[in-house]
Amino acid sequence: MAYITCKDLCVGYEGDAVAENINFELEAGDYLCVVGENGAGKSTLMKTLLHLTKPISGDILYSDNITPYEVGYLPQQTPVQMDFPASVEEIVLSGTLSRKKFKPFYSKEDKAVAKDNMKKMDIWDLRKSSFRFLSGGQKQRVLLARALSASEKLLVLDEPVSGLDPKVTTEFYQLIKQLNDDGLSIIMVSHDMHEGLENAKHILHIGREHIFWGTKDDYFKSEAAEAFLGISGE
Amino acid sequence: MQDIVNKLAFYFEYPFVKYAVIVGVLIALCSSLLGVTLVLKRYSFIGDGLSHVAFGAMAIGSVLHVTSNTLVTMPVTIIAAVLLLRNSNSAKIKGDAAIAMISVAALAIGYMLMNIFSTSANVSGDVCSTLFGSTSILTLKQSEVTICIVFSIIVIALFILFYNRIFAITFDENFAKATGMKTGFYNTLVAIIIAVIIVLGMNLVGSLLISALIIFPSLSAMRWMRSFKGVVILSACLSVICAFLGIIISILYSTPVGATIVSVDMIVYIFSYLVKRGE
Repeated sequence: MAYITCKDLCVGYEGDAVAENINFELEAGDYLCVVGENGAGKSTLMKTLLHLTKPISGDILYSDNITPYEVGYLPQQTPVQMDFPASVEEIVLSGTLSRKKFKPFYSKEDKAVAKDNMKKMDIWDLRKSSFRFLSGGQKQRVLLARALSASEKLLVLDEPVSGLDPKVTTEFYQLIKQLNDDGLSIIMVSHDMHEGLENAKHILHIGREHIFWGTKDDYFKSEAAEAFLGISGE
Repeated sequence: MQDIVNKLAFYFEYPFVKYAVIVGVLIALCSSLLGVTLVLKRYSFIGDGLSHVAFGAMAIGSVLHVTSNTLVTMPVTIIAAVLLLRNSNSAKIKGDAAIAMISVAALAIGYMLMNIFSTSANVSGDVCSTLFGSTSILTLKQSEVTICIVFSIIVIALFILFYNRIFAITFDENFAKATGMKTGFYNTLVAIIIAVIIVLGMNLVGSLLISALIIFPSLSAMRWMRSFKGVVILSACLSVICAFLGIIISILYSTPVGATIVSVDMIVYIFSYLVKRGE
C-alpha cells in the first residue's frame, strides 16, 4: 500500500481554498515533484502535508508503515536562521528529537544517527562551525542532515534550490537522487522545470485549470504540461 | 583599595546585603537564559509588554495589602503572557498593537491606583522604585528571598529539562511542528517562564529595566560564541558577573541598583560590539 494517499484534498488558509481536487498516492521509494504556477498552492499543499495548516476538506491517509509525523522537512530558509547562533552539530541533533517520546537529553543513539547523517552529507568536518557563517549550499546540507535525522522514510523539500548557484544546484539534485536510490521517498516542490524534474518518477501538477498526477513521461504528453510549459516559454 | 575592601566587608556583615547579592545573582542567571529565544523569536516586545502588566499588578497588590506582592503579580503576569502569545500567533489581530495597548493601559491603571489608594506619604517614591527597582532589593523580606530562590530554581530546572526542545522551537518552529513536537505547549511554556523571570526581575531592576536584563547579556554573548550552548552559557556568566559588579558598585557609591546593573550590562555589550564588529 502507498505511504500516503490524498483523496479529494482541498487546501488553503483560514477557509479560503487555494487548490482543490488534489488526488495522489506516494509509494515507498517514490520521487514526486510538485509543479504549478506561482500561487497555485504548492507550498500550501506542503504545509498541509506537514500538519502546519489544516486541510479544508478531503483526506490524507497514512499506511501502517509510516506515522503522520515520520517526515524530514527541508524548509525554504527563514530570516530567523540568518543570524541564529547555533553550531552545525546542534542543528543536526535537533532533528532526532522527533524519534522519541520524551527524554530531556540526547542519547548515544541520537548522537550516532546525527553523526552518520553529517558524514553522509559531508559536513562532519564543519560540525563545530556556526551555521550563520556557512555558504548557501553548506546550509542546505546541514538542514538536509537534520531532516534525515528526523526520518528515514520520507523527505519533503520546498523549493530547495532557490538562491543556490548552478553548480551547487546540480550537486544538490544528485544528492537527492542518491538518497532516493537508497530508498528514501521524496516529495519536492520545484520551480525548476529542467534539472528539477530530471530524476522525478511522478509529477503532481496543480493549478486552476489543469490538475495532473501521473508518471513523468505521461506528464510531458499531458495538456497540463503543454499549457504550463507553453506559458513559461520553455 | 583598602578602603573599598573594608567598606564591603562592613556591608556584608548585614544579612540584607547578603540577601541582595544572592537574589540579584539568581535573578540575573535566570533572566539571561531565555534571552536568545526572546530576541530571535521576536518576543522582545512581549517581554516589554509583560513588565508593564507586572507593574499594574504590583500596584493592585500594594492596594490590596497582600503579604507579598509576588503572589498577585505572578499569576496576573503569567495569564497575560499566555494571552499575549496567543494573540501574536493569530493573523487576524495585530499582535504588536495589542501588546502596546495592554502595556500602556496597565501602566496607567497601576499609576492611578497607587495614587488614589496609597497609604504611603511618598507616592512618587513608591512608583519610582517599582519602575526602576531603586533600593527595593536592599529591603527584601525573608519571605521574598525564599520565593525568589524557589522560583529561580524552578526556572533553571525547567530550562535544563526542556533545553533541547527550546532550541528546536527557537531555531525552526515549523520543522519542530512537522516532526510532531507540541509547539503550542512549548511556546506557552516559554511565555510562562518569561513571565516568571519578569516578576522576579522586578525586585532587582524594576519593571522598566527588566527587558535590558534579559536581552543585553544574550546580545553580547551572540557576538562571541558560535554555538547555541556557548551563547547560553556565556550570557549566563556575563549576566551574573554584571549583576554582581552592579550591586557592589551601587553599594559603594550609593547609585540605584537596577540602573547600575543595566549600565554594566550595556558597557559589556558595547565592548563586545566594538571588538567583534566585523562578524
